[in-house]
Amino acid sequence: MKVPFHWLGEHVDLAGLDPAEVARLLNLTGTELDRLHHHGVQTPDSVVVGRVLTCEKHPDADRLNVTTVDVGPRAEAPLQIVCGAPNVAAGQVVPVALVGTVMPDGLKIKKAKLRGQRSEGMICSARELGLGDDHAGILSLAEALPDAAAIAPGTPLSDVLPHADDVLEFEITPNRPDCLGIYGIAREVSAAAGATLRPAPWTRAGSPDGAGEEAGDPDPAGGTIEGFSVDVRTDRCPRFTARLFADVVVGPSPLWLQARLAAAGQRAINNVVDVTNYVMLVTGQPLHAFDADRIAGGTLVVREAADGETIDTLDDQTRALRAGELVIDDADGPTSLAAVMGGARSEVHDGTTRVLLEVAAWDGPTVHRTAQRLGLFSEAATRFAKGLAPEQAAWAQVLATRLLVELAGARRVGGTIDEGRWRTAAAPDPIVLRDERVTELLGTAVPGERQAALLTSLGFAVEEAGEGRRHVRVPPERRADVTREIDLIEEIARIGVVADLEPTLPTRRRLTAARLTPAQRARRRAEDALVGRGLQEVAGWSFTDAGAAGRLGLAEDDPRAAAVRLANPLSEDQAVLRPTILVSLLDVARHNRSRGVQDVRIFETGTVFRDQPDPRRPDMPFEHLALAALVQDDVFAAKGLLEAVLGALHVPFGVEATDQIAFLHPGRAAAVRVGDATVGLLGEVHPRVTDRWDLPRAAVFMIDLDQVLPAVPDDVPFHDVGPFPDARFDLAVVVADAVTAARVVDVARAAAGPLAEEVAVFDAYRGTGIEDGHVSLALRVRLRAADRTLTDEEIGGVRAAIVAALETEVGGTLRG
Amino acid sequence: MLDRIDELRTAGEADVASATTTEELEALRVRLLGRKAELPNLLRGVSDLPPQERGAVGKAANQARQALQALIDERIATLADAELDARLVADRVDVTLPGRPEPVGGLHLITRVRREIEDVFLGLGFDVVEGPETETVHYNFDALNHASNHPARDRADTFYLAPSTRLPAVERPGDPDAEDGGSARLLRTHTSPMQIRTMERQDPPVAVIVPGRVYRPDSDATHTPQFHQVEGLWVDVDITLADLKGVLLSFARAIFGDEREIRLRPHFFPFTEPSVEVDVSCFACGGSGIRADQPGHPRCGLCKGTGWIEILGSGLVDPNVLRAVNETRGDDAYDPERVQGFAFGMGIERIAMLRHGVPDLRLLYENDLRVLEQWA
Repeated sequence: MKVPFHWLGEHVDLAGLDPAEVARLLNLTGTELDRLHHHGVQTPDSVVVGRVLTCEKHPDADRLNVTTVDVGPRAEAPLQIVCGAPNVAAGQVVPVALVGTVMPDGLKIKKAKLRGQRSEGMICSARELGLGDDHAGILSLAEALPDAAAIAPGTPLSDVLPHADDVLEFEITPNRPDCLGIYGIAREVSAAAGATLRPAPWTRAGSPDGAGEEAGDPDPAGGTIEGFSVDVRTDRCPRFTARLFADVVVGPSPLWLQARLAAAGQRAINNVVDVTNYVMLVTGQPLHAFDADRIAGGTLVVREAADGETIDTLDDQTRALRAGELVIDDADGPTSLAAVMGGARSEVHDGTTRVLLEVAAWDGPTVHRTAQRLGLFSEAATRFAKGLAPEQAAWAQVLATRLLVELAGARRVGGTIDEGRWRTAAAPDPIVLRDERVTELLGTAVPGERQAALLTSLGFAVEEAGEGRRHVRVPPERRADVTREIDLIEEIARIGVVADLEPTLPTRRRLTAARLTPAQRARRRAEDALVGRGLQEVAGWSFTDAGAAGRLGLAEDDPRAAAVRLANPLSEDQAVLRPTILVSLLDVARHNRSRGVQDVRIFETGTVFRDQPDPRRPDMPFEHLALAALVQDDVFAAKGLLEAVLGALHVPFGVEATDQIAFLHPGRAAAVRVGDATVGLLGEVHPRVTDRWDLPRAAVFMIDLDQVLPAVPDDVPFHDVGPFPDARFDLAVVVADAVTAARVVDVARAAAGPLAEEVAVFDAYRGTGIEDGHVSLALRVRLRAADRTLTDEEIGGVRAAIVAALETEVGGTLRG
Repeated sequence: MLDRIDELRTAGEADVASATTTEELEALRVRLLGRKAELPNLLRGVSDLPPQERGAVGKAANQARQALQALIDERIATLADAELDARLVADRVDVTLPGRPEPVGGLHLITRVRREIEDVFLGLGFDVVEGPETETVHYNFDALNHASNHPARDRADTFYLAPSTRLPAVERPGDPDAEDGGSARLLRTHTSPMQIRTMERQDPPVAVIVPGRVYRPDSDATHTPQFHQVEGLWVDVDITLADLKGVLLSFARAIFGDEREIRLRPHFFPFTEPSVEVDVSCFACGGSGIRADQPGHPRCGLCKGTGWIEILGSGLVDPNVLRAVNETRGDDAYDPERVQGFAFGMGIERIAMLRHGVPDLRLLYENDLRVLEQWA
């Protein structure tokens, strides 16, 4: 919402306040300043009224004129100014930017020579002054201002035509459509600064002569207009008002109005449209002007659209409507997409002489949906979508009537049509406001009189009800936002309490210390273990493209290929949610390799998604927290990292070779098993996949933390290592390739019995001396008893038992 | 005989004194005291001497042998020390050469800051809970008191999930024209749904923070379509706006420095009432808006001269939120006349960017290892 400072000053006394101070005060009471900027000429005082004394053709340039301009006391003699405008002529009264003026675009006016002729200033067009789009020629003030001829040359232009202003741009929260009108902002300023609010311009007291029309009073001219009728057939239009104006002369608006609209960021169109925009900017209430003679049959029917019917809107488009959307018909069918966009057929045009002015209230959510669907958030739709009070319609009719009469020569004909159901709605009961609730919620007491004063300054009516209670009535324009006691407490808080509230600390009453859960601690431990191994954590995108599963080589029916799709992705590259964290790691690895990082060692903890019901919440897609690491190395490097992580977590695990994972090397991949469950994958990434990501090679592990973290033991029980030395021996055993190392270890461990502290493979050898199709596995065995030093006989017995078991169970023979 | 011993001893002593290396000394030890040397042989031959000579000769020979032995040991020790010193000098390396590379891992900046925030709030008495990233319209908006026309529901502000044939139809059939296209499923736009889920399963009092990833369709220097938030919720019988200020002041000082102040700026959020945005006094300029520490005392670029930096949104939990919780629970444990509390939400990236001077949010998701390793 753009609020020109001087325009604001018309509604609230800004004496002693500058724009920055107003912005600061509003910022601290809930109206956030987006930015403060200056509109128009940056040095307004150096633009003055001048009189063109002489105007001659430039001797050396066809399109230029050399003028002398009287600027009164602002120069010792009339200024010579070279001017390119076709319409400049002797005798004109014109705006002159003196040397030193900084124009709206930052251009500084300097003394210059144009084709050899001295030029000491610039005669300005309306556009150059920031007053609108007109750049056909210089601005002739005689055409724009009454009595221009009587203005003394040298008078600052601002004195007769305010053209430059500071503009406060506020970000208005969706609960405050009242602040989408300058008068609403003025009320906020008055409450925040203690400044005097002037009577609203739609009240009698606020009319120029103090004797004008009072919004809300019944129209003495009655409720009908001859030749026109309005029929409201939906509850989604609580109020529809219309007035008829004849003798309208459509033309440009006066400059002061154009200047204000320009400062508020609106283009001037013509006086009728400009008045509707101007009134909307003051009241927050949008209006719509029909050419009354183009309303077929003089009838307007407000109704809900049927599904699929079409309408031609002002922007020359044919739009299909959906059931429940709001349209206005005349006798020829739809003429307006109510509250969102007018129809082309009944638009005001240059030849319009009779205007039917519609001001209505609409159901906010309905308007919001339509505007959203059609992408048509006009100034009007934005306001209506938030739900305006029906009372505001009368405000706008009163103010617009005054201006149309004054600026477009209009004459009112007939009464005010006022349809819709809003009057039948019972006036809401006052809200009870209790002292103790104010204190309990805010943590500080606010005296009753202070509560009343704060609320009154915001337009609420407060009545003391005794025993620390007040009855509060809400002004119409705040009724959608303030419906409960807590809402009143917010108003008190924001204007009178928040700025200097003393902080306190609450007491935790749960009789447990706050700390991370075991799973949260384990997650940190897992991440730290990988960091300790020299891996860098990355944060990949949760999004990927629909082709990612294909690039991983996943068949369409693979569950991992079932990606969750977004209905409204930002781009095709981010159209689905990642089905595996591998995609992110490959993306990050490629990105870094392309930037010259040679050894990528990365991991990520993050959520992955799958388009299948989540067993924990069956109506939602499956998601789980994954931990994955990628190194540019072989499967054993990845397995070492996995061992480090699960070792740190004290989760025993096993692996099972698999050639069924499309994106992993079929001979170097495994499922990771904890207990009976598969919790992840391990392996070298399939060369076809690394190729697609431009990587020479990569090994990964990925585990489902949602499954692993619950398996982390709360406590690790004490294990006595005892004072007695362990006994170690190594064995080399030759087995067929089909026998896995894991199987050999299992057999050896079982045979070793309870004395075995460690049984592990530390080398695997194929080649000279080993029969083809066989492998020699070197086993390290460590034995220990807690209560004694083992004897040679005991050690030898275990060794023999292992050798025997290996032979009988896996066909192993001792080597060497 | 005694003279010969004396002679041998003197000669031996001279030899030892003139030896310059430990090797020579070891050779001397063999020559003077070894199996074939004269002195030990003298000693061995003592038994052949007349008895009256045996004592004196044996004693002298033994003394001579021991003296030489000690002298050689002492001399070897001295020389060995010197030789080691010499060897070490010869062994000198250029210690300014680089060490053997060891990879230094690191947490992503987002994780570091997330943990830091978690730890501060743990100290303030909050538990940490986490929740799903795909959510329902109910938990993300409805239960959080978002009006049906609240702009946050717009497709321009929320990622909705496309309808899926693999998932059951949503209970609430929804309006096909609605923002969610009838799927009623979305990517959470904030971690606030966990306010509801936490209160649904836990009786008051509740004090939790909710860190996690959230999504909004925005992309520029200060917005990425995914980012991370920490939500906070404290509900008990007597939690006030002043308590909110105290907790957030403590947080701001822990993260940005003990000299910081905060200010509350009234704002609007659907699920809190009253609502406030919270600014922390600028830690670059000390809240003055002017960089007194820089030449020319320029306007502070961090706070744009205002002295304040917005860090989060917050407020007292709206009674409608508590009522929605009661409705699902089927009790009145969260009766808004009996319990009350505050909620807040902040962006982890924003805190990280402020703290570490990161100019563009997108850098955090580009994952350039040269950038990430700065914080390793």
